[in-house]
Amino acid sequence: MSDASESRSAYTVRLELVDEPGELLRALAPIADNGGNLLSIFHERGSLTPRGHIPVEVDLEATPERFETIVSALREAGVNVIRAGAERYGEELSVVLVGDLVETDLSDTLSRVEQANAAVADVALSAPAGTDEPSSARLRLATETGQRERALDTVRELADEKDLHLVEPLAGGDR
Amino acid sequence: MKLAVVGCGAVGRAVCELAGSYGHRVTAIADSTSAAVDEGGLDVETVLDRKAERGTVGSGDREHALAGEYDVLVEATPTTLGDAEPGFFHAERALARDAHVVLANKGPVAERYGDLRAAERDSAGTVLFEATVGGAIPILSTIADLGPEDVTAVRGILNGTANFVLSRMSAEGLDYEHVLAEAQDLGVAETDPTFDVEGTDAALKCVILANVLGDGDVTLDDAQVEGITRLTPSALDLASEDGRTVRLVGEVTDGEDPTVRVGPRLVPEHGTLAVTGTQNIVQLETRHAGQLNLSGRGAGGRATASAVLADVGRLP
Repeated sequence: MSDASESRSAYTVRLELVDEPGELLRALAPIADNGGNLLSIFHERGSLTPRGHIPVEVDLEATPERFETIVSALREAGVNVIRAGAERYGEELSVVLVGDLVETDLSDTLSRVEQANAAVADVALSAPAGTDEPSSARLRLATETGQRERALDTVRELADEKDLHLVEPLAGGDR
Repeated sequence: MKLAVVGCGAVGRAVCELAGSYGHRVTAIADSTSAAVDEGGLDVETVLDRKAERGTVGSGDREHALAGEYDVLVEATPTTLGDAEPGFFHAERALARDAHVVLANKGPVAERYGDLRAAERDSAGTVLFEATVGGAIPILSTIADLGPEDVTAVRGILNGTANFVLSRMSAEGLDYEHVLAEAQDLGVAETDPTFDVEGTDAALKCVILANVLGDGDVTLDDAQVEGITRLTPSALDLASEDGRTVRLVGEVTDGEDPTVRVGPRLVPEHGTLAVTGTQNIVQLETRHAGQLNLSGRGAGGRATASAVLADVGRLP
């Protein structure tokens, strides 16, 4: 008997790992534990992400339901999932933050955005030298379909906590 | 119609000046300390000349004007927050004697909408307030024509001063303080621009829109408001590299519990909302008519007075 939802698909999951022993194994465990079939692992040990982490690309096979469970399990295990299957990120949004971005730990800001199921697709920073002007950053975030507001809420909370001025996109996207 | 004009600033004066050409007579004019009243119709020019020369419009007081003979009270005193006095009291007095009220003052409609509508229900008079949102632009009458229940959301640029500052900063790469000083020199910004640049003025207009679209119990306290004072040229540059610019946008969403938010937003650089200078624009999302864009002059004595007099013409 075959059920369409039981058919397996191939997925690519891009992870960010802290450079510590055992991290890769820890990241892979939730995949096997939840019925995913590992196809390949590309461990870019030489290169670092802007946050100083090591990017790892994992190809795996799973049913769509199991794949959802795997991604959730990875996140619950504290593994930073930046991108999981191109089709997962259906929405994009840009925000601009103004304030003391360096003092308030930009990398912490970015990683906390990513913990809210949003991938930071692009960061542009402007810190005019020799002026008293605060620095600014433009973030382009990719979120799962329907998760836009949730990602934005996280950015709002962060901006509030770090006293950053947030320029939001329009509700519902560009008009 | 016989008009009593209370408030003698730019809008009140322009209403008086234009009333004749719309076929109305001004039977009372009051400013903060004096009043001129004539049942047969005042000579507006004489009264306004006196105001310019001596600082008063006549020898009477405001009470004299409120008790005088008129069909419509035009409330054009400065907007006040909280209890919205004395504007609310003026409107209430007129309604109590079954006269109509046309407001250019945002206070009573933003802060005490429920009270105002209750006073209107007990009166044979009607309350209209087109001039309070978007100056000359016919926004409220368009919503009334569409049916408020068929308008699902409203967003727009409702403060000319803030828009002038942002569009200049963006075009010239100048900082906020510099452009604000320039706007003050040009008379685009007030000496105390707080109301405009902190977003309060735009928020009051959005609160009025929310009241019109919803149950009418929204006040400024319910609005989330952020101004433009912390924006920098580099933030605008970053937006521009991404094909966007920043505008102070007010957003009202529909529903049982309408939400009102005002703050700087990223908008497409060449999009409909990216109006420049003191221009205002409002986008209405409707159930049947798609999106409607209304733009024009959001402030200025004569432009706003035209909206007041259009309301007078709409009265039953």
